[in-house]
Amino acid sequence: MTQEICKSSVLKEAARIKEQFEAHGAISVEAATLLPAEMLLDLYGEDIRSRAYVTDDPVRGEIMLRPDFTVPVVKMHMDQGAAPARYTYSGLVYRKQSADPSRENEFIQVGYEVFDGTNLAAADAEVFSIFVKMLAGLNLRAAMGDIGILVAAVKGLQTTERRKNALLRHIWRPRRFKAMLERYSSKGEEARKQRYLRTLANQEEPKAPQIGLRSQAEIETRIAALKEDAQEKSISDTEIELLTDILTLRENLPNAVAVLRDIAVDLPAISDAVEQLSKRARAMQEQGIDLAMIDFEGSYGRTSMEYYDGFVFGFHSVDRSDLSPVATGGRYDALTSVLGQGSSIPAVGGVMRPDVVLRLQEALQ
Amino acid sequence: MTIKIGVPSKGRLMQKTFDWFAQRNVFMERTGQEREYSGAVNGIEGVELVLLSASEIPRELAAGRIHLGVTGSDLVRDKLASWDDKLCEMAFMGFGHADLILAVPKLWVDVDTLDDLDAVAAAFREKHGLRLRIATKYHQLVREFLRIHGVADYQLVDSQGATEGTVKNLTAEAIADITSTGETLRANHLKILNCDPIHQSQATLYKSRTASWDDNSLHVLNTLKEQLKL
Repeated sequence: MTQEICKSSVLKEAARIKEQFEAHGAISVEAATLLPAEMLLDLYGEDIRSRAYVTDDPVRGEIMLRPDFTVPVVKMHMDQGAAPARYTYSGLVYRKQSADPSRENEFIQVGYEVFDGTNLAAADAEVFSIFVKMLAGLNLRAAMGDIGILVAAVKGLQTTERRKNALLRHIWRPRRFKAMLERYSSKGEEARKQRYLRTLANQEEPKAPQIGLRSQAEIETRIAALKEDAQEKSISDTEIELLTDILTLRENLPNAVAVLRDIAVDLPAISDAVEQLSKRARAMQEQGIDLAMIDFEGSYGRTSMEYYDGFVFGFHSVDRSDLSPVATGGRYDALTSVLGQGSSIPAVGGVMRPDVVLRLQEALQ
Repeated sequence: MTIKIGVPSKGRLMQKTFDWFAQRNVFMERTGQEREYSGAVNGIEGVELVLLSASEIPRELAAGRIHLGVTGSDLVRDKLASWDDKLCEMAFMGFGHADLILAVPKLWVDVDTLDDLDAVAAAFREKHGLRLRIATKYHQLVREFLRIHGVADYQLVDSQGATEGTVKNLTAEAIADITSTGETLRANHLKILNCDPIHQSQATLYKSRTASWDDNSLHVLNTLKEQLKL
């Protein structure tokens, strides 16, 4: 780590970045620092506790220090009626860093969010190209992925809805996803049968008393599901190979589009998502971006960005790979419907770290 | 100059700790009146006995207020993030064995593994609009374990005692707790999930990395280590 960058210069840089976002038509908004913990826990699950600070309010219950702005900004937007809008904000976010205490546990994020469903590819390209232009000269590697393609691939598998839903639920947990995929493959056939037989064996034992909220009917439903799964044929090796090809794909963007088009011949369910990617690439090109400079990674955004469900991107320093990414972002349409209580609007955005920008500028001098 | 050693202030854990040291010719005893928390160490110079609640020993070691301490490894790993930056294990003492395990109602004939628990958590949330509740006092250890194994749609609810009763009382669907024989679990109609324990705990002698270690205290430490044959 280089020496501390002074706070006032970070604030100045944050203001400069925000001004540029405003120049692109974004309205400046504020968000609360203290968020209801329940909302974040329901979205991210219990894991968020190891990343966000939790505290108690005697009246409002558990409170979380905002770990990012996206959730409060989406909430604010949806509460106001979900009309198209562009927002920018700047402020501290708070993250526990138990895995790597050398990383900052409070830092400023400056964000740009676009709520607009008229042309998704154009909105994606708008956000991405604004970031590219603002970060020019910092010697960054631009990486992108597309969770939408993964979702389409899983939905297109020749298997039961139940299996597809189970896989979709774990797209953001790569290890679990892989284990699950293996269990549904020919390799897992025996295990699936054994699983059901174990349940039958358990039923032979003296019946235990009913305790807890989970009812006998719920147990019966799951037994039926296990039986169905034991009898259902495996997901074919061909389909698993295709899915693995998507997950392990690493190419520059034009090549990636070509590879994905080939895969779509055998897995037509991803065709629309691949067309969307190609439209986005064209829109980026129209903004003057050199597509060959963008790395496409099939698994990008699967580990840390649970609410992103389409386009995902990040900018990483080539010289200082030890630093956090200088900017990240993506599309989070589903989040707007989860927080919108019935209404939803396509949304895409990203955040920049002024402290990392300054560090990189310093390193380049 | 002395070094301070923190030892559990009561019960079986204290007695077994005293026995363990006595077998190695370091004699610890409580002094003063019956209810007074003071102690003495004989058989070696320069070691001061500090009697503490077992659950506070990790914190005191991490803060460097005691040089050495005896406590359960479950407490150290649950209470201290990056515990091995702050202290190191000097000896596994061979008593106080207990496993931190996950248990569900025995009635759940469809649940034996973490896979099952994860699937049931998803269905439970959909049906009840509530993340499946796991009662425990070992929040860090359990959360980390479930994160590594990719279990989702659960929540931890705090339970500082009588955890096995929470399912019957409808405040949790499953529990994560320390058990040595499993008898209390069976009595409460629970069964242990068929997976590795979340943690296998035993009484452990720790050295603080953050306490002040000068030549004198290091000399005492080395003498003690020799006597303990470590």
